[in-house]
Amino acid sequence: MNSAISLSLSSASPITVRSYDGAASSSSSSDLFFRNNSAPSQLRFCGLKREAFSGCKSSSNAVLLKQLRQNTKISASLSGNGTPSKGFDYDLVIIGAGVGGHGAALHAVEKGLKTAIIEGDVVGGTCVNRGCVPSKALLAVSGRMRELQNEHHMKSFGLQVAAAGYDRQGVADHAENLATKIRNNLTNSLKSLGVDILAGVGTVVGPQKVKYGKVGGSETVITAKDIIIATGSVPFVPKGVEVDGKTVITSDHALKLETVPEWIVIVGSGYIGLEFSDVYTALGSEVTFVEALDQLMPGFDPEIGKLAQRVLINPRKIDYHTGVFATKITPAKDGKPVTIELIDAKTKEPKDTLEVDAALIATGRAPFTQGLGLENVNVETQRGFIPVDERMRVIDSKGELVPHLYCIGDANGKMMLAHAASAQGISVVEQVSGKDHVLNHLSIPAACFTHPEISMVGLTEPQAREKAEKEGFEIGIAKTSFKANTKALAENEGEGIAKLIYRPDNGEILGVHIFGMHAADLIHEASNAIALGTRVQDIKYAVHAHPTLSEVIDELFKSAKVKNDVSCAVAEPIAV
Amino acid sequence: MSSSLLQPRAPPSLSSSSSISGSKPQWRFTSPPAVTFTRRARNSTVNAKIREIFMPALSSTMTEGKIVSWIKSEGDVLSKGESVVVVESDKADMDVETFYDGILAAIVVPEGESAPVGAPIGLLAETEAEIEEARAKAASAGGSSPPKIAADAPVAASPPSAPVAAPPTPAAAPVVADGPRKIVSTPFAKKLAKQHKVDINKVVGTGPFGRITPADVEAAAGITPVKSTPPPVTAPAATAAAPAKSAPTFAEIPGATVVPFTTMQAAVSKNMIESLSVPTFRVGYPVMTDALDALYAKVKSKGVTMTALLAKAAAMALAQHPVVNASCKDGKSFTYNSSINIAVAVAINGGLITPVLQDADKLDLYLLSEKWKELVEKARSKQLQPHEYNSGTFTLSNLGMFGVDRFDAILPPGQGAIMAVGVSKPTPVAGKDGYFSVKNQMLVNVTADHRIVYGADLAAFLKTFAKIVQEPDSLTM
Repeated sequence: MNSAISLSLSSASPITVRSYDGAASSSSSSDLFFRNNSAPSQLRFCGLKREAFSGCKSSSNAVLLKQLRQNTKISASLSGNGTPSKGFDYDLVIIGAGVGGHGAALHAVEKGLKTAIIEGDVVGGTCVNRGCVPSKALLAVSGRMRELQNEHHMKSFGLQVAAAGYDRQGVADHAENLATKIRNNLTNSLKSLGVDILAGVGTVVGPQKVKYGKVGGSETVITAKDIIIATGSVPFVPKGVEVDGKTVITSDHALKLETVPEWIVIVGSGYIGLEFSDVYTALGSEVTFVEALDQLMPGFDPEIGKLAQRVLINPRKIDYHTGVFATKITPAKDGKPVTIELIDAKTKEPKDTLEVDAALIATGRAPFTQGLGLENVNVETQRGFIPVDERMRVIDSKGELVPHLYCIGDANGKMMLAHAASAQGISVVEQVSGKDHVLNHLSIPAACFTHPEISMVGLTEPQAREKAEKEGFEIGIAKTSFKANTKALAENEGEGIAKLIYRPDNGEILGVHIFGMHAADLIHEASNAIALGTRVQDIKYAVHAHPTLSEVIDELFKSAKVKNDVSCAVAEPIAV
Repeated sequence: MSSSLLQPRAPPSLSSSSSISGSKPQWRFTSPPAVTFTRRARNSTVNAKIREIFMPALSSTMTEGKIVSWIKSEGDVLSKGESVVVVESDKADMDVETFYDGILAAIVVPEGESAPVGAPIGLLAETEAEIEEARAKAASAGGSSPPKIAADAPVAASPPSAPVAAPPTPAAAPVVADGPRKIVSTPFAKKLAKQHKVDINKVVGTGPFGRITPADVEAAAGITPVKSTPPPVTAPAATAAAPAKSAPTFAEIPGATVVPFTTMQAAVSKNMIESLSVPTFRVGYPVMTDALDALYAKVKSKGVTMTALLAKAAAMALAQHPVVNASCKDGKSFTYNSSINIAVAVAINGGLITPVLQDADKLDLYLLSEKWKELVEKARSKQLQPHEYNSGTFTLSNLGMFGVDRFDAILPPGQGAIMAVGVSKPTPVAGKDGYFSVKNQMLVNVTADHRIVYGADLAAFLKTFAKIVQEPDSLTM
């Protein structure tokens, strides 16, 4: 159930959530990314980095290598799924078979743990069924539509295309089919590894004890040495909003693409809203954004956001209202349109009433943690999120760790991304199988699959500046443009920039932001560099195939200026 | 597009690169780029307070720049230091700021166009009074500027025209009553209104719930819409010389309302003018329809329409008379078409369009009827693809349902003949034996291009057509 539509900015969603809660809406944008970590923990996190690397040394790298080596072992364990520790039904029980639970289960089997996964709905969670996966299908369609409709673009290739049209049901089917296919793949991968899939709603009944079963049906209690909660999230709907599933919808409904309204308001301009605006405008809708913060796309690096607005918003059939809350949204009925009442976010004065054909609520996602039996282990959620430490261990109401209970993914709110949940799950499995591991969240990339795409890893420029000021170092910025890239120009897609934020004194990469063609695929060179601690002065010697888009990143590293060109291999030994 | 783009006053690259000594900024500026202004006393009438905004040189290698977007619109008040325009150089997009306070009077180089470094891209007026003057100047100076400017500039020479915006058509205003109604306009409508300088408050909305749609703005601006509405009526590829002759001036009748053509109407007008260059003649023929009516009564329940029957009959007759299905494209030759595509004229939403039943001679009646329904549906929703309305080789126009007994159709350019069908009504007919009888009879009147279709051709075609209609069994085969 982890993460939403696509792998992106955790920040955008929770921030909006908070605004709608009415608390601290004027929060500075600088800690967007770490909204769920308090500022000190953010710093601590950076302090932990070396620790994380030492963890890498003993575990992560080792894991990778082992995975390669253990191929045969995996198949050997196919039938077995390990033998549980004495006195327990399972070594590991995971509640929730989303991408996070799935990743954890796979890794657990590899580690020889007897594993079960409890799912009350369908395998795959939000990402596969109502999020990243179907939305990518819609975006694939919108990308092509956009290209085919862009006469100028086609002409510049010398191509002639008759007016492009689409069949709504066909598009919707593509998304549905993709979700089904990925869901089956996920289910099969669990089954083939011998993970027990237990159908029903899982509840923690006590330490190392979980019950599951259909609502109102018989329930079974099982014991497990360790338990991971991975129940994910659901679309957040602010109060005053009446969702009817037809004209006032959430991403859950929108992904079914039952209608393509002529004019739709999208409440929230984070990555979910942005991706849907891309889909809807490509299919002929007009879009109006309603954003509570003062600017669109909060959470993106401001410079990237500015360029993105210039490319993704201004030339399209989109307008927007910023700095306003939608206090009341009424679905269309009795021949009346959808109405949206707006108030000023600061003064709370009524500002406007919009009358449109449909409204999509994309104000972020709320953790799905009700009915988990958390009271049985004395845990209190914070605005729905389950409090955890940096090792995903659940913290109870007294601030103490609950033994053998972990929470990963959207339910803990650290970083609401599918792949972050999976990474957290793997980290937990490492720990329960005896190796300490702390996940470096700063190395987790995020992407927004608009056309062109936006991607990022690490800190934004304001965040980096704040950190630099606190810790007393300088930062450097390097930028390269897609305009200078051969491959991008061959594709007539020269729009875009890549931006590197680094420390000129030691070459540490603090953040990379890309806006441009295939940005989501390009970010991984940077995220891997951050994860492995590779410094600018080292990675700049890596070779990139010519002509490829990756040269944009190559050039980015090469244009950074590190003062004392010391290889970090000398300054700080890193496992190789 | 304004607020957020304007917030960071200094270009981002500067603020970011300034703090690092070592790093090489991508964009080499030592000071924020700014629009260059000069005062030019072009002639005595131009006030010196109108400043020209020039394409700035954003890098040492830049020779020309493309306007990515105008952050400000004409009429916007600018204050010193504000970003006005986004310019794309060979390296990057840059916000460009103004050094002066003033009003952006005219945009000379619109978005998407390029201008060499130093060329004027806009005009800045100091006071509102100077705006008109600046615009007039822009209109006269804008040699290379697109036609848009010329259209927008208030040209005093044109005859007293009603304001182009706001055609006060009261027809499409279902909701009145409740006082000053809120103006609702869609995002794209707003953008278009800004772009074409249409006062959105004066546009009458015809969209759902009375909202102003992009089409409404386009109609108000009197410009040809981008696409969406199918360019209608058989539009052959060859476009004849534009009918740009000086229009005669007509006496103005007070109180008249000027409503500009929609795209469809403009295309009809153009085609009609073009049709004048073709020498046409007409041949009429009475056709008894009793047998056809009987057949129609039989197949009606299966979804067959009269249009499909007539189209099928015409197509079958054309198959035997290929010259009537031919066209004269260059005045020197016959072009015999390989397929028989019957275009059928349809009046729709104040326009006229001719959806085409392709291969009407080959498709059976039922398929043809189905196809026809589909085409009408598409025409109604403006979804017709070009090949579905401009591939006709022969046109059928039927006004019989209105009781019209005969009429005269204009031959669409690019086709050889058009058939005008009147009403079928009981008519006393004298038989060969001298007895009168009452039969259902309709008059068809074919207009043809005499360069390729001669009287005998048409007569023979009509005789075949009449025979098919009078013995319609072959239609169902």
